[in-house]
Amino acid sequence: MSKQEQHWEKTRGLLMVTLAIWFVFSIGIFLFGAEMNEVGGPFGYPLTYWFTCQGSLGIFVILIFWFANRQEKIDEEFGFSERGDD
Amino acid sequence: MIKGNFIDNLPKVYGIYTGGFLAFIIIMAICEQMGMSAKVIGICFVAFTVAIYAIIGWLSRTAQADAYYVAGRQVPTVFNGMATAADWMSGASFVAMAGGIYFKGYGYMALLVGWTGGYVLVASLLAPYLRKFGCYTVPDFIGTRYGGNLARLLAVIVLTVASFTYVTAQINATGTIASVALDIPFQYAVYVGLVSILLCSMLGGMRGVTWTQVAQYIVLIIAYLLPVFWISNKMGAGFFPHFMLADEVARIGELEQQFGFVANSKENLAMVPKGLAGITKAHSAVNATPWAFISLALAMMMGTASLPHVMMRYFTTPSVKAARKSVGWSLFFIFLLYSSAPMLATLSKLSLIDPSLPTGIIGKSIAEVQSIDWYQNWNQANLMFVSDFNGNGTLELNEFFMGGKAVVLATPEIAGLPYVISGLVAAGGMAAAMSTADGLILAIANALSHDLYYKIIDPKAETAKRLVVARVLLVVIGFAGATIAAMEIQGILGSVIWAFDFAMSGLFFPLVLGVWWKRANREGAIAGMALGLISGAGYLIWVRNGGSGFLGITQLTFGIFGSAVSLVSMVVVSLITAEPNAATQRMVDEVRVPSGKSILGKQH
Repeated sequence: MSKQEQHWEKTRGLLMVTLAIWFVFSIGIFLFGAEMNEVGGPFGYPLTYWFTCQGSLGIFVILIFWFANRQEKIDEEFGFSERGDD
Repeated sequence: MIKGNFIDNLPKVYGIYTGGFLAFIIIMAICEQMGMSAKVIGICFVAFTVAIYAIIGWLSRTAQADAYYVAGRQVPTVFNGMATAADWMSGASFVAMAGGIYFKGYGYMALLVGWTGGYVLVASLLAPYLRKFGCYTVPDFIGTRYGGNLARLLAVIVLTVASFTYVTAQINATGTIASVALDIPFQYAVYVGLVSILLCSMLGGMRGVTWTQVAQYIVLIIAYLLPVFWISNKMGAGFFPHFMLADEVARIGELEQQFGFVANSKENLAMVPKGLAGITKAHSAVNATPWAFISLALAMMMGTASLPHVMMRYFTTPSVKAARKSVGWSLFFIFLLYSSAPMLATLSKLSLIDPSLPTGIIGKSIAEVQSIDWYQNWNQANLMFVSDFNGNGTLELNEFFMGGKAVVLATPEIAGLPYVISGLVAAGGMAAAMSTADGLILAIANALSHDLYYKIIDPKAETAKRLVVARVLLVVIGFAGATIAAMEIQGILGSVIWAFDFAMSGLFFPLVLGVWWKRANREGAIAGMALGLISGAGYLIWVRNGGSGFLGITQLTFGIFGSAVSLVSMVVVSLITAEPNAATQRMVDEVRVPSGKSILGKQH
């Protein structure tokens, strides 16, 4: 397998993980919205309410930064990262 | 005027700007104490901020194609994040979102999840690859990846349909705010709004829009957060509302139980002015089926990843790496406002309905409520209404009606904040609507001037001529949008949601598969765009004309149907036609690695 193919395979793997986490917090948990809302969440808000107000939103922000860092590492590993700028 | 050293000095420039804006707010507050009238304060706020944007637009003027189309590709990640956040958060986010949450609760908050979760798709599926591609516009990518003028033209059509639906709503919002703040009729205010919008974008294109959007973000976020924190502290609800409103949320639940949701008769509701609503849904309970919630969130997420005015912001970063990070910053800056909207809705609702608070009106006598100053003001503006349906002389929960906009616009006044805050909120709403309108008009004009005129009609046109065409189109599209906005056909929020559905119907899969599926070819992309848009639009028309729909897909989520058709037709047609040639396949390989030259040259 060429270097480029390996790079793409890892990139695809990272995409799958990222999309799986995205799926859980944008779709998965809301399948159980009614049940989850009976439970207390952070800061004392009902749990589902908290996820729609802050939880999912905040997790998306963190997820994107995490994804960007992981992808940079993959690019560096195979020598595909850009030079000279940021 | 803007040179390399301007980029280095950005933190300083915008730091001074922010300080200047805060100083302006303080000066206005002092003027208010000295007796300046509310109307003059409102005019000062809107005029001052719009003048600043116009100056930035003038300073950013340019005659170079890559500065005009992609701001010279040198916008740093954090600033691009702010610009994207302003580009993204429209008049609907700023003025209508808290109101939607106030009235509809959980079912509406699918939009919060959808309008943020989409950025994960942008970051992981598209933005870095399109940045590597080096395109000026989204159709530029479609046209080059799939080849041929028909694919490019279809992309231009989808982009125009989606963005134009969106932009009329934004011009409508600028007009509404300008007409209130400047006290002129809506029909003229729309054009005042339009001229302000064009001042930012006409001379400097993307460069002008970028630097004004950063300035607009700063204004709108201050205008949104300051009142939320102030009201929360004034009510004693907690000095950091986001973490401290659990008791208030629970209290609203108790009051809802105590008052009960009494349904009004049809005859009674007929007396309520159009557009106003009462509280009929529980504040924090789950009031929508899982599919209703998820389908709306999903449509908004896929729409986010297909809307060209957002995508093209990531063409302006210096590198692929920066494009990815920049998506994270964008969402962070959006998060600051979106996570505050539910808090504002909570504070607003509690301050109105809690009888133990001095601002609470439920349980007071109707006559007493009708004599309150702010009630009279907002009643006159057609945003508030009370009526003693049961004739007991006391205001009940089901007898109080409010417009969605009033949650953001009126809450500061209800909570007893000085008028200077209301002026600030008007300036913030104007900034939010202007920045989005600018991004959208530019996206349409750029696609028409670059893809339709330069790439299809006259490929030999010189840069100077291309930029003249681009600017003429900008003005024409702006006026067309304003003319339709002045007719007031649709509401702001409905047309914004439609724009997402149109974009995802036609563009989501052709864009994503263009990067992630090498086998996708021209015929497939053409089928995907054409059939996706046609079936999505067809479904909308069918449901609007009394069609029952299926699978619970409504007129707000028709993009789910459109994009499904798009996916299936694109895959099937791609597979039954020849695979893309070797050169195209090599191009896709190139797009997938960040290093090396971009596919399209610096000047193209």
